[in-house]
Amino acid sequence: MTLLLQILLTFGILSLVAVGGANAVLPEMHRQLVELRGWLDDATFAQLYALAQAAPGPNILVASVMGWRIGSWGGMAMATLGMLLPAAVLAWGVAGLTHRLRGAPWLKPAQGGLVPVAVGLLLAAGLVMAEASSQFGLLPLVIVVISTVFVWRTSYSPLWVLAGGGVLGLLLLR
Amino acid sequence: MADTVVPTRTELFTGYLKIGLFGFGGVAAWARRVIVEERRWLTEREYAEVLGLGQVLPGPNVGNAAVMIGRRFHGLPGALLATAGIYCAPLLILIALCLLYDRYGQLPAVAPAMAGIAAAAAGMVIGTAIKMVVKLKLAPEAVGILSLAAFAAAWLRLPLPVIVLALAPISIAASLWRAGLLLRDEAAR
Repeated sequence: MTLLLQILLTFGILSLVAVGGANAVLPEMHRQLVELRGWLDDATFAQLYALAQAAPGPNILVASVMGWRIGSWGGMAMATLGMLLPAAVLAWGVAGLTHRLRGAPWLKPAQGGLVPVAVGLLLAAGLVMAEASSQFGLLPLVIVVISTVFVWRTSYSPLWVLAGGGVLGLLLLR
Repeated sequence: MADTVVPTRTELFTGYLKIGLFGFGGVAAWARRVIVEERRWLTEREYAEVLGLGQVLPGPNVGNAAVMIGRRFHGLPGALLATAGIYCAPLLILIALCLLYDRYGQLPAVAPAMAGIAAAAAGMVIGTAIKMVVKLKLAPEAVGILSLAAFAAAWLRLPLPVIVLALAPISIAASLWRAGLLLRDEAAR
């Protein structure tokens, strides 16, 4: 089996166990790429993760960077495709299923039951990010609080707090 | 009742392009901002329901939601356009970062500005979650499940699939009970 095909298959399987997204699948990704297949070493894995974090967008794209390191641009294409396609096909199917069942009286309440779990995990993601930023001292926590209140209480664009956070960091951190 | 707008195919793509491009640290927060507040494609509750489904399915919750929202408005072309929109700008930036990494062999140390932006992004995600809790007017047991999910993920650091597998059935049962579709039915008969 060629390397590109192996990359496609490996990430395709990772895609289907990635309940909770990129951060949830990271340990398994490490096990597959570093321990089982020996495609990457520990330090490279950590550096590539940091590289992916520096880009905006869904952090599942960490898979694209790993694929690139393993198999150059073809590897990036295969890893991205493998990571996105199976999950997208499943989401497409489930969307069709909910459309077909839309008349069922239990569908809306059942779907509503997933809402608290999703919002709770969103809140947790924010808290984990806040804790990670606290390694730079007290100032980041002040920025977290200001940003939380700004986004919660106003409808101005969050770009303002992101830019403000960047400027404050530049002036006061370090 | 907030009135919603059906996006054209182009709007679907550009909306998701913005979500992908601005989605620093918290894509879910930007997705809600663009879809519910700025462009009004979905109500707060409709968006939360799509996100809920996206969360229990494997893969990124916002990516799954993009497929479902795209399909809802424009079928297969919609799903493809929304998905392309959310991933294309970040992928281009990643390719540029990879080229830099290749050339210089390592990453520059995290700039202080990035630490400030990351802190603001964390606040943005927390603020979005609070906003959703307030606007969704959840039942008391739903707030309990929400807190439990947040506690298990942020403090206990339990794996997300475990949390979803444990809490989703309980939460769905509670929601069905609240709607009078579970147990209450038998009592009424």
